[in-house]
Amino acid sequence: MTTEIKTVGVAGSGTMGAGIAIVAARAGFKTIVYDTRQEALERARAQTAGFFAKSVERKKLTPAQVEKIMGDLTGTTRISDMAGCDIVIEAVFENLKIKHDLLGELNQVCQQHTLFASNTSTLSITEIAAGSGRDERFVGMHFCLPAQLMKLVEMSPGIRTSDEAFQRAWDFCKALGQTPVRTRDNPGFILNYFLVPFNNDAIRLVEAGVAEPADIDRAIKAGLGYPLGPLELLDMVGLDTHLLVAEALYASTRDPRAACPPLVKRMIAAGRLGRKTGQGFFRYSGNAMFGG
Amino acid sequence: MAYTIIDTGGSRSFPAQHAFTKGAAGDGEVAVIIGSAVGAALATLTDREGKAAVLLELGTECLGAYTGESRGEEGSNVLGFARFGLGNGEPSNLIELVRQPRTSETALAAAKQIFEAAGLQTAVCGDFAGRIIDRLVRPYYNAALRRLDEVLASADDLDTTLKLGLGYPEGPIALLERTGLAHHYDVTQGLFEAYGDPAFTPARRARVAKQRQRKA
Repeated sequence: MTTEIKTVGVAGSGTMGAGIAIVAARAGFKTIVYDTRQEALERARAQTAGFFAKSVERKKLTPAQVEKIMGDLTGTTRISDMAGCDIVIEAVFENLKIKHDLLGELNQVCQQHTLFASNTSTLSITEIAAGSGRDERFVGMHFCLPAQLMKLVEMSPGIRTSDEAFQRAWDFCKALGQTPVRTRDNPGFILNYFLVPFNNDAIRLVEAGVAEPADIDRAIKAGLGYPLGPLELLDMVGLDTHLLVAEALYASTRDPRAACPPLVKRMIAAGRLGRKTGQGFFRYSGNAMFGG
Repeated sequence: MAYTIIDTGGSRSFPAQHAFTKGAAGDGEVAVIIGSAVGAALATLTDREGKAAVLLELGTECLGAYTGESRGEEGSNVLGFARFGLGNGEPSNLIELVRQPRTSETALAAAKQIFEAAGLQTAVCGDFAGRIIDRLVRPYYNAALRRLDEVLASADDLDTTLKLGLGYPEGPIALLERTGLAHHYDVTQGLFEAYGDPAFTPARRARVAKQRQRKA
């Protein structure tokens, strides 16, 4: 698949941003990651280097290939460095104002042809696009966690997205080696519409004392053949992230199953956010990036 | 540990021979009662208290229906179990083991040991309708059927997205067609009656499948 896109910008160097940057750089694109926090960029780069080291160990990539990829992948705290990007994918907090503020700044910096994309999992593409200054060149590109391993991308046009812009983004997604699926601009699209309530129900089983987390996950994996149990997955996502996603989905749908169970807030208050803090529903000994 | 199987006929957990049924002995320390008439067999079981464990195969009912319940302190050497399966599909490798608040830990350990020795996996849960899996997946299946009616995406796109995005071996629509929408109706209707939660209300497509089954 061909694309005229050469340089990819990723705004946000959290779990999703770092994963998307790996996908773009690995596919041969010059990739610039923007974050206001230098320490976040450094942490993401260290995790990315660890991920590619495992790729070499597993003989998926050669050392020379990794050297080239890491050379094409840079980080910056200066938004002006995003000026040369042909597409910018934002992967910042699920908060409409934060996204509008960021996209407004990017709109001042980037060229006219530059596409904007959002990795939002719950907010409306049309609403995010409305604050971007370029809603005709704005698309939803929801990568799945962990982005560096999962092929699926849910792609959604907003109400004002042009067919031409959507096609350019679609072609770019294929050039990344990903599998795009077109969805409507509905809360949660397909995945989170089903996954967030499902995970909340699993948390409610723990809250209600129906079963221990390990038993719930074992049941789901052995009974249904799922690769991960819901609580293991929540630990990987991070309970703080899950809370934001669930609150955003609940605000859009008013579905009681989307409302985050109180246990999540108690665990966050106790610092049990999941893998990244070493303990969530389960205990962990490291914070290495998933896969390789 | 030796175990005896008392088969009352019509077991959903072991409809065919399995390493677990083949491994049974004539007079074991654990009594496993399977089939559709476990209550009557439990009532006539001799030396019930002397067993390391007595395991009752459950359908959708709670273990307390056989053992009784008292002040949240019920529990003995009697446990419930069910091998999970979806409708007309093959039973899975999972045994959901049902305990009560004061269930003997020794009995629980014995139950785990005999199932796991036969290559099955166990997950322990409290004595609640739907146990673990049905309680989690039935609202998801209902939501998928409703979203199909609302044309969020085609059946194939829904299934593809959930398979690729979450690594599920099968999408919900294909799975329900394979295992039986009418069976889904039966399970989720039972859970709706148990909990009164609208999430368990059978989706329209499941109701239609049940109507079709009744007319056949």
